[in-house]
Amino acid sequence: MAASAAVRSAVSLTQRFVRVSPDCSICPLYRLNACTGATDGFTAPSRRLRTSIGVWQSGDSSSPEEEERVVNVVYIDRCGQRIPVQARAGENALHLAHKHGVDLEGACEASLACSTCHVYVSSEHYEKLPEPEEREDDMLDMAPMLQENSRLGCQIVLTPELDGMELTLPKVTRNFYVDGHVPKPH
Amino acid sequence: MKMMRMINLVRGSVMKIHGLSRASRCLAAEGGVRGLSSSSGPRVCIVGGGPAGFYTAQQLLKARQDAAVDVYERLPVPFGLVRFGVAPDHPEVKNVINTFTQTAQHERCSFHGNVNVGKDVTIDELRQAYHAVVLSYGAEGNRSMGISGEDLPGVFSAKDFVGWYNGLPSNKELRPDLSCETAVILGQGNVALDVARILLAPVEMLKETDITQNALEALAGSKVRRVLIVGRRGPLQIACTIKELREMVNLPNTRADMLPADFEGIAEALKDLPRPRKRLTELMMKAAKEGGDDKAEKCWGFRFFRSPVEVIAGADGKRATGIRLALNKLEGSGESARAEVTGQLEDVDCGLIISSIGYKSIPIDPAVPFDPRRAIVPNEMGRVQDTAGLYCSGWVKRGPTGVIATTMNDSFDTARVLIQDMEAGKLDLSVNKPGAQAITALLQTRGVRTVLFSHWEKINAEEEKRGKFLGKPREKLLDVDEMLKIAWS
Repeated sequence: MAASAAVRSAVSLTQRFVRVSPDCSICPLYRLNACTGATDGFTAPSRRLRTSIGVWQSGDSSSPEEEERVVNVVYIDRCGQRIPVQARAGENALHLAHKHGVDLEGACEASLACSTCHVYVSSEHYEKLPEPEEREDDMLDMAPMLQENSRLGCQIVLTPELDGMELTLPKVTRNFYVDGHVPKPH
Repeated sequence: MKMMRMINLVRGSVMKIHGLSRASRCLAAEGGVRGLSSSSGPRVCIVGGGPAGFYTAQQLLKARQDAAVDVYERLPVPFGLVRFGVAPDHPEVKNVINTFTQTAQHERCSFHGNVNVGKDVTIDELRQAYHAVVLSYGAEGNRSMGISGEDLPGVFSAKDFVGWYNGLPSNKELRPDLSCETAVILGQGNVALDVARILLAPVEMLKETDITQNALEALAGSKVRRVLIVGRRGPLQIACTIKELREMVNLPNTRADMLPADFEGIAEALKDLPRPRKRLTELMMKAAKEGGDDKAEKCWGFRFFRSPVEVIAGADGKRATGIRLALNKLEGSGESARAEVTGQLEDVDCGLIISSIGYKSIPIDPAVPFDPRRAIVPNEMGRVQDTAGLYCSGWVKRGPTGVIATTMNDSFDTARVLIQDMEAGKLDLSVNKPGAQAITALLQTRGVRTVLFSHWEKINAEEEKRGKFLGKPREKLLDVDEMLKIAWS
């Protein structure tokens, strides 16, 4: 199938040039529960369990009990509707949103080149996130209605201690007109 | 850098695949019906195939499972400023093209390129064929400085210069002379910084981008070593954003050259600034203080409190050899500070002058109201004034500022308002409208053939093929006739 062929070639492309652990959390086969555990030439674990390895975390490829790695997240969309989802540790908040039909755009596809995946993080969980890198801060600076608890969804990687986190999508409608003519960057 | 590109490539294809599965969920919901000739749902026409047009289309298709959306575009190729405005060394920003491609390929959406609305077909004709028309045709003009000498060789608008290196067909003959040492850019927004960066970037960096080959060759032979970026007001009013400033600071083999006097009093003002302005100002001050490697061959710098008053011509009067600037002082503070003349003047020798003071929308059709002072279509939340069934989104609605995210939010707003009007009965959906069928037939009688999205895909494939040969993601076709020939082959 085209999808799996594309994934295989994409995956082997990375593998040829970069030595990284297999990153199951970005693979659509994994996310669609269609992973067979086989990858081209990776030193992948021989067991067929779907292990989740953090996108931005190194090492630890042992397979923990799945229950311990479940992270419950609630998205609050622009209409205020609460969408609770169950995620696995290591998943990315933008991809997770797309998986569950949450209306979070990702124009630059997680390359830190836009601010369309801007979300507000529930305050007690905001503290637990690692500091944003400079490039994320630069992009956040361009997001309308920036708040203290603003982050880019594509940079949030789920960990068990973020269980219960709420991610609110900013309502960016009326305020555009309320403040009159404000020069915007471009 | 290469690793990041690989990772982005993987991410890109992952997102593309994921995106396709999202789209197919959409199709399944409608029962996968192909062909809408029997549909009696709302038909919407969008004028302009750039980010505003596609984002508006995306929202409409999502909000109404019975809506059909047709996007009309003057050029044979879609995507507007994402293709012709975003700098070649910002390929990640162009990833949004994948989202737009999905929208264009949606079965309730069709793209019609090579249609000049206002000339090949009128707005009134479109309004007759559709329940609603959305104007998203952006800003193709530019603000002029209004000074003598502005038309001399050597003086360009940033819009044309950017169009030149990005392959906009109407700018392919620009041939800017890059044999001078100093270039002066008027304006300090992100477009000005893009131009400065492209002028000073190492050719090794540019040659793997989708910059046009002729621009690459011109830049490879460029003698420009010093770029001054001039603004009317002060450091606290600068319009660029931190990402672009950081890229200037990090440019290899260049150093920053600013005037300490321009930064008087700025350090004291820092603590009261909102975060984005504060971080930007801190970086600027750091660059001004540290400068960079003295051995660097190239330099760039901001010059504040200066307005252009005249382009100075050389002895033969035939080309620009300098620019006369008036020195200003600031009245007030913050975003609303105003520049006031002091009477002092300053001449700067330069052979290349680029005016980057803003794009400007132009009227498309006498039937559409237009505000010449603000150069936008007058509207209330996207509803065009006094004209039922006519809407607008993007720069033609708000004015030519903002990044893709800004236009996205704005387009979503217009779509929401349009949907609301449909649901409130303000648009008469009981009348069947013929949509693209009627317009395509009308265009045919006028000798105009449209470029469909599948035709664009042939142009796209050809550009990628030519690019591969040169080690670039694509080599853009520069000629409309060539585009059409390949599209319809």
